[in-house]
Amino acid sequence: MIRWRNAAAAVSLLALGLSACATTGTGGPAKPSSTAQKDGKPAEKAEIKPLPKGLDGQASTGFPSTYKPFPSQTMAFVGATVLTATGQQIDNGVVVTSGGKVVAVGGPETAIPADAVKVDATGKWLTPGIIDAHSHLGVYPSPGVQARSDGNEATDPNTAQVWAEHSVWPQDPGFNRARAGGVTTLQILPGSANLFGGRSVTLKNVPALTMQGMKFPDAPYGLKMACGENPKRVYGGKGRSPSTAMGNVFGYRKAWIDAADYARKWDDFRAKQQKGEKADAPKRDLQMETLAGVLKGDILVQNHCYRADEEATMIDIAKEFGYKITMFHHAIESYKIAPLLAKEGICSATWASWTGFKMESLDGIDANAAILWKNGACVVIHSDDPIMTQRLNQEAAIAMTAGNKLGYGISRAEAIKWITANPAKAMGIGDKTGSIEPGKAADLVIWSRDPFSVYAQAEKVFIDGALIYDRKDARFQPKSDFELGQPGQGAFN
Amino acid sequence: MIRSLLLASAACALALPAAAETVAIVNARIEPVSGPAIPAGTLVIKDGKIAALGAGVAVPADAKVIDAKGGVVTPGLVASSSNLGASEVSGVRETRDDGTGNALSAAFDISYGINPASTFIPFARDGGITSSAVVPVLSGTGGGAHEHADDGVVEEMTAGKSGDGDPSLFGGQAAFIRLKAGASDIVEASKLAVTVSLGESGARAAGGSRGADLILIRSALEDARAFASRRAAFEQGATRDFGLSRLDLAALIPVVQGKTPLLIRVSRAADIRQALKLAAEEKIRIILEGVEEGWLVAPEIARAGVPVIVDPQADLPDSFETLASRLDNAARLNAAGVKVAINGARDFNNLRQERLNAGLAVANGLPYAAGLASVTLVPAKIWGQDGKIGSLEVGKLADVVVWNGDPLETTSWPLNVFVGGVEQPQDSRQTQLRDRYAATDQSGYPPAYR
Repeated sequence: MIRWRNAAAAVSLLALGLSACATTGTGGPAKPSSTAQKDGKPAEKAEIKPLPKGLDGQASTGFPSTYKPFPSQTMAFVGATVLTATGQQIDNGVVVTSGGKVVAVGGPETAIPADAVKVDATGKWLTPGIIDAHSHLGVYPSPGVQARSDGNEATDPNTAQVWAEHSVWPQDPGFNRARAGGVTTLQILPGSANLFGGRSVTLKNVPALTMQGMKFPDAPYGLKMACGENPKRVYGGKGRSPSTAMGNVFGYRKAWIDAADYARKWDDFRAKQQKGEKADAPKRDLQMETLAGVLKGDILVQNHCYRADEEATMIDIAKEFGYKITMFHHAIESYKIAPLLAKEGICSATWASWTGFKMESLDGIDANAAILWKNGACVVIHSDDPIMTQRLNQEAAIAMTAGNKLGYGISRAEAIKWITANPAKAMGIGDKTGSIEPGKAADLVIWSRDPFSVYAQAEKVFIDGALIYDRKDARFQPKSDFELGQPGQGAFN
Repeated sequence: MIRSLLLASAACALALPAAAETVAIVNARIEPVSGPAIPAGTLVIKDGKIAALGAGVAVPADAKVIDAKGGVVTPGLVASSSNLGASEVSGVRETRDDGTGNALSAAFDISYGINPASTFIPFARDGGITSSAVVPVLSGTGGGAHEHADDGVVEEMTAGKSGDGDPSLFGGQAAFIRLKAGASDIVEASKLAVTVSLGESGARAAGGSRGADLILIRSALEDARAFASRRAAFEQGATRDFGLSRLDLAALIPVVQGKTPLLIRVSRAADIRQALKLAAEEKIRIILEGVEEGWLVAPEIARAGVPVIVDPQADLPDSFETLASRLDNAARLNAAGVKVAINGARDFNNLRQERLNAGLAVANGLPYAAGLASVTLVPAKIWGQDGKIGSLEVGKLADVVVWNGDPLETTSWPLNVFVGGVEQPQDSRQTQLRDRYAATDQSGYPPAYR
């Protein structure tokens, strides 16, 4: 009996855990409080029945992660040049991992546990796993055919209600290519056809049968917003609003007003419920719920925006409605307002080598990242591209070199943050991965040489301490179902 | 205050190139491409040409001396296939002249639309590129394989009228430019090849299928032969009807005569075999571009002596005709004896990617020397310019780049760029933007005054 009760308690704890996990970022005052137990008063007088889970954003079970780390051993990587992404370059370094985590990092004197499998990485480089903060893998997969073109719900300028995770095709061969380039974590975003494109999802880059099997546990959601040319072209072309930049801004403001109203209704309801008063629950609205999640600070704003002046306008909108922009994506002109972005604490995710492909990208320069860095602003190098994601290390190298051409003296120890620690931070998982520090996930890449070289190749890639890719061992070169029986059989390197 | 502002803006004006002078580049690793590297040597430029190169070469008394400080000297890089000068902002239709629309087919001549003042010419040169083939695309088929870019919002990015049906069968005629700053005419040669596509985009041009595409191409070549031999009859209306206009047929005459190659964009191995068969049966010269599945048929391409232009980054099965794409495609083609030219990214004005693409191919097994040749001598040969440029040889035009390190490496950049012996200015619209915003300015005036 007692055992049974314990088990039941465990189950309910698990349920709470799951619900907390699934509702991360779904809005509301995070702490579950559907029954009024505050002053030790039992809940029996609460004739208020809890809402069915699907009608309450806080209680919804959502689409929880089923990711389980692959088998790993205690390991010691010895002899590599280690870029920790905390600003350090350690020559002849030692990194010890155990239980899927980094447990020690240091110079050659670092103690190695007796049971550790030693990996001789002399002459190699070791970095955190690469994190691509802007990917459409799975939602715009290969092959790029209409039937799998699932990245833009281009039917309304506000589709905050859609979630990229429901478009992810886990068999996209692009995941495998990215992994061979050292990418261990990805933020998959909806496209930029809409002012509000929907929720992003953060994935571990492991082969899995389901999206849930890749979903990064406890990562917050992001909301994809888009400035500029795309929304006004898509909807203007349909004879709808927005068709201009000012129409875009109206669209954002209107939505935030609606969202604030929605959030207030739920707050009122929960306050009454807490006091034991009778109250009608507002009808759950998935679009408003995501926007309200931003206003509560649970969902991170990932804002596609090229031009500096439009970024400044977006910052004003955020202030008007009391939310925070976590990162501008593409951010081609961020260098023009670098001090403002540094002051506001907003990251810029950009390329180094793309420019001039549309009017709003006309002023793209390779030194964008470097000028931001020089001003103390947060820099992320992203891909938005299934080709570039395979070589974010080189894109970061181009950005670093552009700064060094200006005499900035940007070190590799700094530039590695642009594709590891900084995107982790901007995706709200900086406490879990993105740097080589004790307690962080053992998401690691062994490179054949300096990863900022054009000749560098990711030789071994680890997620949570488990080997997930090995360039020299075909057993660790997973292939997508799609590629079986096709020419090439999924072999690409 | 006013004075310093004036001075600052004068410094910002695009510098004009210096006149050709005698130059000696010393303390350099010289990569002639046509021969083995000279680990430490001198290269002399005189009267716009390469006058001498080697380890023991004397510096002429009147020479301006450039100390490369152990850097690398290479031929100017050649872009194998681009829209440079013919397209400014790919998303702005009015700035695009790299596709024919549907008024013309083979007769479209890209050279007429080339703008020597394009801001992306100095930008490309800043990446060590001194010349480029400028090659039409099929209208409506876009510039390349990056359909997912810009968050999946596919833009209508091609010149010509929009929304009026399939693109023409032939893309038009290619040209070759040299990136001379300040020159009123940069077109070195025009009508160098006629372009056509097999595979998915060719099928689209032919109304929907590969079979139709090949039949129509063969029929057009047959018509061109008939047109060439019966021109007088044609003028009198005494020939059968031809599938293409007079202008398009005339443009194909040098192709059927074997004087001008057909540049065929093709991906799938089976389509590559069709292209080789077409060339053999029609007795025409061809160049293959794309060739993602080329490694599967590399010996056949080598036997046919057909050169290829590839993008080594293309390793995704992003369509049903690129399922076998591999990062080592260039290396495998080269190993089989195929002449391989490597391209930059046609999209995003990113020709500077070309040398890094060669580096990527080297990382995936292409010998270094072949990597360098793939962005210099091989494309020069493909476009019939190797008598003048493409390698460092005495008597060739002095299109020369001095690098601060390995030219295929991410962390290197050009220190000096010469076109025809004239040192080129290093600034571009991008560097001016950079310098405006990298500057710290306490004047109280906005950046527009910098």
